[in-house]
Amino acid sequence: MTAPVLRLEGLNKNFGGLAVTRNLNFEVAAGELHAVIGPNGAGKTTLINQISGLVAPDSGRILFAGRDVTALSVPERAALGLARSFQITSILPGFSVIENVALAVQARVGSSFRFFGHAAAEAALNAPALAALDEVGLSKRADALAGQLSHGEKRALELAIALAMQPKLLLLDEPMAGAGRDESRRLIAVLSRLKGRFPILLVEHDMTAVFALADRISVLLYGQILTSGTPDAVRADPQVVAAYLGEEME
Amino acid sequence: MSLLVVQILNGLQLGVLLFLIAAGLTLVFGVMNFINLAHGVQYMLGAYLAVMFYTLTGSSLLALVFALLAALAFGLFLEFVVFRHLYERDHLDQVIATFGIILFLNQAVKYVWGAAPLSLPIPELFSGSIVLLPGLTYPIWRLVIIASGLAVALLLYILVSRTRLGMLVRAGANNAPMVSALGVDIRRLFMIVFGFGTMLAGFAGIMIAPILSVEPGMGDTILILAFVVIVIGGIGSIRGAFIAALLIGLADTLGRSFSVDILRLVMAPSPARTVGPAIASMLIYLMMALVLYFRPTGLFPPKGR
Amino acid sequence: MSRLPIAIFLGFALLPMAAAFGAETYLLDLFMRVMIFAIAALGLDLLVGFGALVSFGHAAFIGIGAYAVAILASHGINEAWISLPVALVAATAFAYLTGTICLRTRGVYFIMITLAFGQMAFFLASSLAPYGGDDGLTMHARSTLFGLSPFKHERLFYYIVLACLVGCYCLCRALVVSRFGRVFRGARENATRMATLGFDIYRYQLAAYAISGALGGLAGFLLANATDFVSPAYMSWQRSGELIIMIILGGLGTLHGAIIGTLVYSLLGEWLSGLTENWKMIFGPLLVLVVLLARSGLLGLAAQVAAWWRKQHAEPQA
Repeated sequence: MTAPVLRLEGLNKNFGGLAVTRNLNFEVAAGELHAVIGPNGAGKTTLINQISGLVAPDSGRILFAGRDVTALSVPERAALGLARSFQITSILPGFSVIENVALAVQARVGSSFRFFGHAAAEAALNAPALAALDEVGLSKRADALAGQLSHGEKRALELAIALAMQPKLLLLDEPMAGAGRDESRRLIAVLSRLKGRFPILLVEHDMTAVFALADRISVLLYGQILTSGTPDAVRADPQVVAAYLGEEME
Repeated sequence: MSLLVVQILNGLQLGVLLFLIAAGLTLVFGVMNFINLAHGVQYMLGAYLAVMFYTLTGSSLLALVFALLAALAFGLFLEFVVFRHLYERDHLDQVIATFGIILFLNQAVKYVWGAAPLSLPIPELFSGSIVLLPGLTYPIWRLVIIASGLAVALLLYILVSRTRLGMLVRAGANNAPMVSALGVDIRRLFMIVFGFGTMLAGFAGIMIAPILSVEPGMGDTILILAFVVIVIGGIGSIRGAFIAALLIGLADTLGRSFSVDILRLVMAPSPARTVGPAIASMLIYLMMALVLYFRPTGLFPPKGR
Repeated sequence: MSRLPIAIFLGFALLPMAAAFGAETYLLDLFMRVMIFAIAALGLDLLVGFGALVSFGHAAFIGIGAYAVAILASHGINEAWISLPVALVAATAFAYLTGTICLRTRGVYFIMITLAFGQMAFFLASSLAPYGGDDGLTMHARSTLFGLSPFKHERLFYYIVLACLVGCYCLCRALVVSRFGRVFRGARENATRMATLGFDIYRYQLAAYAISGALGGLAGFLLANATDFVSPAYMSWQRSGELIIMIILGGLGTLHGAIIGTLVYSLLGEWLSGLTENWKMIFGPLLVLVVLLARSGLLGLAAQVAAWWRKQHAEPQA
């Protein structure tokens, strides 16, 4: 059996007196789209931040692509193939759409300590960037200023940036947040196409998206994994139903 | 031995002076997120006003009181006219604007009082020296400075941690919009904080005037020292400013006095006499570099920022 | 290169001919100093305008470069092919070493720490008794190049400085659009995003800091030769502040704005100081107003005026 691309062992994180992540064990298998759901305050964003390296856990290990990355910095993990999107879209608003993606290509491709040459004109960087934009349907907006895109377009841009990194694992932090009905449908369609190409860890509130896309679902409650399983199993699990009793499901 | 004690006391005196200036700087930055390069001229103004009022009244006590009030008034005037428009701006704008104020005030002071250094006599009650130890005399006024600085530190501690105003200041430092939303007049709070900081700097200038020569630009060098203090102490932390100020005061004074002697232990007298002062002048900056290498946000960094 | 920079450099190039009709030495000297400070300002604009790294200790690099030349000269070493590299290496090394500490900090801390390191250099220079200390050090001979003395001829020196300025400008332009420059500029826009792409921002900022130090060192080398004198005042924090004002005045992040700002600041200072001894009392509030009102500098104002003009002439008569 192929090794899991991501494994969390005994992860713990306290903020002040609050235990946000408690002895958490978790795995993302190769090739799957694994969704993490849970009520607000369950610790979902902190979990993603610990995986990507923005927050250091108090104890525990994070194993990514076979390596212990717990002590590695954010750029080091990214260089190993860990890509992520942010709940509040994080792009470079002053750059053009294609430059945003070309930078991701540049990070992957080689030395950025080149002091001469016009980076924005390099075909070796622009061609893969354009291909990534094509996948998410943004190629017509390649020359627009990223800051002027609509909310949905910015979300798509973040996806294109992640794609251009040719990631070994993609972390998606609530991509549907703030999206209208049409936008959600488009995003779900894009994500369905990307499924299988690389493993995806999807943290999400939007149950339509989760049940449409997930191969496996894990439920996060008070910093711990309550249960993991196929969408049908989770939907029927009495513990999950109890935990969500009274919770609004979109 | 007695030289060591004297220099330790001198170091404490410098430290206390630095604390008075740094406290205002760090308070204003902590609460209003405002970097005030012109804080040094407040110190300078305190000194000039003390000289002016002494010349007018002939009384040290009256000079102290009037100078303090005048310094406060002028500080509030500056706050009203210029500074409050800068709170929302980014730090670069604040740096440039307050730099302009320094240029203006340094020149204005030259215009009003002339470029020649002025002096102020030590208040009679505290003039002269006392014998601390056999063979060791020390100027009383310097002891007064140390004592008053420590008293102010204690006062600040009580104010900030034990009073309602202090609680508002700490809350404002953490989250000014929230405090404002809770109904507190944030403008008035800012003005009080700023006024307080201004008074502290003015007070420092008034106290040091009898010892130092009062001249244009005297605030500039000590301002940068105060910056080093609050960077090491942690911006927004009065406790950090206190500890860092004493540390720096002692290190700078002892370093300058004993650098040549210490170096003579390991090298010949002649190079020691050149290298010594050079290292002494860089000592506090090297200290700063060392602290920042391990703690980029200072010894007592602000929480939750 | 777009039209405005070319016009600026052409202006500088033609000045000596225009000056021949008037006070030649004075004007040549004035504009040469403008160009020298503009070289340092270019380096600063790289940091502040493109990287949002507000360095308040930039004058230190100029001073270090200048002192390198003067100290070597005081020991009888005048050859430019020795003193120039030494000046550059000294300034770059200082930038690199202080940069490793400064760049661990952000925002206001960064401003204050660069200020403090600038002061450190100032006090170090003041304490060097064998090299003049507070009073400074006079240079009795300018740098020579393989036995020739190009810096002794005012006009030749002027054009050498102009060549350096143009060269530095082209270097900075290339840097900004290069792969390196893109990462550096991206770090200003969104440092977190850049990190999650795999870029270790610190290394890029450190490299940029070192490069800007080198530019300052070059300016220092030229300044020492231009004034035959170095003093700790070259590194004062007031000088560092002036450099920041120059680049804001012209327009941050445009490169030729740094040159324009240096020019305007220097000429304004010259003119005002001729009017009254208390010119700083006018200059001070003027700066405050510039900051409060014209944040994008003269180039920004010009762009606004141009846009307004175009609008006036594009709309059909009502």
